Amino acid sequence: MPLSLPEVKRVAWLARLEITEAEAAAAQGHLNEIFKLIEQMQSVDTERVTPMAHGQDVAQRLREDRVTETDQHALYQGIAPQVEDGLYLVPKVIE
Amino acid sequence: MINFTLKQLSALLAQKQLSSVELTQAYLERVARLNPGLNVFVTVDADKSLAQARAADALLAAGKAQPLTGIPLAHKDIFCAKGWRTTCGSKMLANFISPYDAHVVEKLNAAGAVILGKTNMDEFAMGSSTETCFFGPVKNPWDRTRVPGGSSGGSAAAVAARMAPAAIGTDTGGSIRQPAALTGICGLKPTYGVVSRYGMIAYASSLDQGGPMARSAEDLALLLNAMAGFDARDSTSLERPAEDYARLLAAPAAAKLPLGGLRIGVPKEYFGAGLDSDVAAAVEAALAQFEQLGAKRVAISLPNAALSVPAYYVIAPAEASSNLSRFDGVRYGYRAPEYGDLADMYAKSRAQGFGAEVKRRILIGTYVLSHGYYDAYYLKAQKIRRLIAQDFAAAYRQCDLIMGPTSPSVAFALGAKVADPVQMYLIDIYTVAANLAGLPAMSIPCGFGEGGLPVGLQLAGNYFAEAQMLAAAHQYQLATDWHLRQPAGTE
Repeated sequence: MPLSLPEVKRVAWLARLEITEAEAAAAQGHLNEIFKLIEQMQSVDTERVTPMAHGQDVAQRLREDRVTETDQHALYQGIAPQVEDGLYLVPKVIE
Repeated sequence: MINFTLKQLSALLAQKQLSSVELTQAYLERVARLNPGLNVFVTVDADKSLAQARAADALLAAGKAQPLTGIPLAHKDIFCAKGWRTTCGSKMLANFISPYDAHVVEKLNAAGAVILGKTNMDEFAMGSSTETCFFGPVKNPWDRTRVPGGSSGGSAAAVAARMAPAAIGTDTGGSIRQPAALTGICGLKPTYGVVSRYGMIAYASSLDQGGPMARSAEDLALLLNAMAGFDARDSTSLERPAEDYARLLAAPAAAKLPLGGLRIGVPKEYFGAGLDSDVAAAVEAALAQFEQLGAKRVAISLPNAALSVPAYYVIAPAEASSNLSRFDGVRYGYRAPEYGDLADMYAKSRAQGFGAEVKRRILIGTYVLSHGYYDAYYLKAQKIRRLIAQDFAAAYRQCDLIMGPTSPSVAFALGAKVADPVQMYLIDIYTVAANLAGLPAMSIPCGFGEGGLPVGLQLAGNYFAEAQMLAAAHQYQLATDWHLRQPAGTE
């Protein structure tokens, strides 16, 4: 099923990617070519197959409930685009 | 010196015939001389490297050296290294100075190895040619009009051009093996979970594995010994006893033929349409060589092999779209200079910070995970992933290792495929299945094809068969010299 231009724009919005008309049109062409390749998957019957999420069938490890990390916010915020008083600054969300 | 193995360099360092500072300096000079033509390194920091080299010399003097102590290594710029700019080949992280070390980097530092510099790569490891990088494409040292393969193309070219004795890379769908093949070096993707992903910038978390890249199987084993190991900070890191990956390199003394009894599975699906005849010829010759060493050839089938690329290009972008949602211009990385509200800041920062291929994969991933399409694409791909893993399980009941071409062609021209994503994706046809199944696989040089360009042989094994794969590759390299060839113009 080919993607329409509005669908491409909706997906870009979901992915938080600003997209121009020209970029959306180019993306539409490429994505439809790629989905033609992906559609080959439909050639096999997978009705009774269990999906595989991982190469290794291991259970999620649990750890002891104790503090292991030290406070390094100054180090980590040193590379942030905009910081003030230990807070990350972004445009105002609530008036 | 530039053609010495890691073992030889290690011996020279231990015998004080060479210091780590001298060795590092010599390689830094080679990098300075060759990099302008090849664009292999994106960051070099001589002061940092030499400080590590001096510390290594102190360890050597104190008799506290390990096998890699004092050896300079090139790091794919996907591994976070504290205080080093770590860009992942992206404008998004062009100014990112990592505040911490990846587990692999910690381990290599603890082993006394020296970071020689950070190598160029496809942006966020998404590519098979090292052309999607923000810092421009890497040139193949064998022919500078050709690509080195990708995404670890910088690390591969660094080793091929003798700009580093060895390197580290990552492999999500072939990103260690394919560039190794196209540049005439060796590269190994371990079993999923053997090498920690902590601090390795994530592309597709259920497929990503770090691994070594070097000139010989013996060197790969030495590096993997230092890279592998459990790490609680990677939730999929495997808790296994430490393993010496070099333990099987010496053939049993009693054996008449070094590989007697080894069964090599040759999948018919890897020799069909789409495989170039020069590559097929070199791979056939390599298989004949393995037979001469005592191995037995077994015809096998991997019936769902053709579906590995379609399934991969659903699963990898799906995971990527989720992993890359962290790049929002808030905590680190690129932020657009001008924006309106918060949503606009996200959308503009991401649109300006990511390149075309990364955006394309984010769009594919977002679409296949979106409401109404999840079952048709993502769930279907996960079911195919199971079928592919089952194909391998059946094959490994008939054989010990699987061999075939690593890539369908030798290195192609720069610019030849970058505008056609589907053509680029199909290059991964022989490599992605190992990632989907979580199996180990490697590539070694096995001859030359069109244009005098290297051909890679892929050796794949069952889970945790790394030592066995390395042993077979090592015996082949004792009998052949393809891995010793050096590209002209890199003397």
